[in-house]
Amino acid sequence: MSIYLPIAELPVNILLIFGLGIAVGFISGMFGVGGGFLMTPMLILVGIPPSVAVASVPSHMAASSLTGTISYWRNKLVDSGLGLVLLSGGMLGTAAGVWVFSLLRRAGQLDLVINLSYIVLLSVIGTLMIVESIRALWRSMHGQQPVLRRPGTHSWFHGLPLKFRFRQSRIYVSAIPVTAIGFGVGFLGALMGIGGGFILIPALIYLMRVPTAVSVGTSLFLTLFTMLAATVLHAVENRSVDVVLAFTLMIGGVIGAQSGARAGQAAKAEQLRFLLGLLVVAVAARVGLDLLTQPSELFSVISTEAGQ
Amino acid sequence: MSPRRINTALVAALLLAPFLAPSALAERLVTSLSTHRVLISSNFTGTSLVLFASIEDSDAPRDKPKKYDVAITVRGPAATFVTRKKERILGFWVNYESRRYPDTPSYLAVLTNRSPAEFGPLELQTKYKLGLSFAALPPTILPDEEFGEALLRVKKAEGLFHEQTNAVTFLTPTLFRATLPIPGTAPTGPYEIDVQVFANGVLAAQQSTAIEVVKTGFEAFVTQAARDRRLDYGLGVAFLAFVVGTLAGLIFRRN
Repeated sequence: MSIYLPIAELPVNILLIFGLGIAVGFISGMFGVGGGFLMTPMLILVGIPPSVAVASVPSHMAASSLTGTISYWRNKLVDSGLGLVLLSGGMLGTAAGVWVFSLLRRAGQLDLVINLSYIVLLSVIGTLMIVESIRALWRSMHGQQPVLRRPGTHSWFHGLPLKFRFRQSRIYVSAIPVTAIGFGVGFLGALMGIGGGFILIPALIYLMRVPTAVSVGTSLFLTLFTMLAATVLHAVENRSVDVVLAFTLMIGGVIGAQSGARAGQAAKAEQLRFLLGLLVVAVAARVGLDLLTQPSELFSVISTEAGQ
Repeated sequence: MSPRRINTALVAALLLAPFLAPSALAERLVTSLSTHRVLISSNFTGTSLVLFASIEDSDAPRDKPKKYDVAITVRGPAATFVTRKKERILGFWVNYESRRYPDTPSYLAVLTNRSPAEFGPLELQTKYKLGLSFAALPPTILPDEEFGEALLRVKKAEGLFHEQTNAVTFLTPTLFRATLPIPGTAPTGPYEIDVQVFANGVLAAQQSTAIEVVKTGFEAFVTQAARDRRLDYGLGVAFLAFVVGTLAGLIFRRN
């Protein structure tokens, strides 16, 4: 069953696109990540032009993360206050990231540097998460109490001013480090062309001591806003948002995200961290393999001006 | 202008005349195409056009008809392509060198009754751009260059460059039929169709026609909105995402 995509200008198998939407939506709902890192390359593999894939995926992420947010919200697992403070930092970070990105582009071939730092960052974060969660799983199997939240332990940033009480997260911290995390996530996300869920969730769990499920819920909340903004920006800047593609992905995405959100809330926190760690390492490995293995076709052809 | 200059101009004009005026060719070609407009709607997955043509030769002897060769070249709207080559740098495969191919057809089909190499000498192929590599690339770019070859290979694999040496069927010695494929991935815009007829390695007749590939209805509306009302379109898609996400949140509610 095929349908013609008016902006991508080609027919696609609608069931395939729908299935991709469900699968990526599930991962999005479960782990609180956007899923663009999975969806965009898969759409390109199906034959959709990269510009259309990159521009249309954010609306899918917006729909799935909204559904996920609603599900986490009902269970009081979204910290909207924390999310909004992160968002303010994130917007500044995104602007800075886009600016640095264009500087690097003008300076020459720095894609390699970006890709390498991406691989290093993700492998380190993923490995640390796996190690930490295995220890936590080991402890819980042997009947010990999890020690991640230690009441009374304070990091240096707890002395900073502008303190807020983020109730859902059960933390009382200054807005300064929260904004800084938002900035860092937005900056790296814009530089590497991905949503920042992978970096945000570990930062919230390990730096801010936010409970795992609330980190996931809040990340989804943040993803919703950044992806809505990305959709509008892509439509205005690149004119390559395909509404038929986006709608098909969205419908699949929200179905997948619902089940994903349930699975995520049902899982134990340390299990969820372990799986997320695995996912992060897998993404790093995939990007690394792409760079290290010889492609079967060394040449690629892109069109710089469309026919009409 | 001096008389000498006029003479030179006259000689030049006479020499160029056979190329400029197809009517000076020996035979006349009458073509008919099944349609001149390919309409794209939501169920479009590609189509094909049928071309019928008749060669009229007033002074040919009835009993001994000539043996003709036919080349039909279909060119989609021109585009600029960049071919990139990956190379291994410090153990990593990255895009390194690239070549630009401006003014290249975004869709190209060369349909013939037999291999263009059998039509006549090589000069005939280069002069009349017979065959995929001669038709695709401007004469300044050698077709055996690796970047140009890669362009042809990648576009062929995508189904946008197409060469078929048995696509033209002669129904009688002077009447032929060809099927022109328009794939689902065909770019929209005007397409040129050149029909060239050769007899014993000499151009005997030629005729050009055009078709248009256009989106209709909903597809045309979306394309126009995405191009002309960018902000409204972007806000519309974002709103759609919001509605779909909210509805799903309500539908899947479990108390």
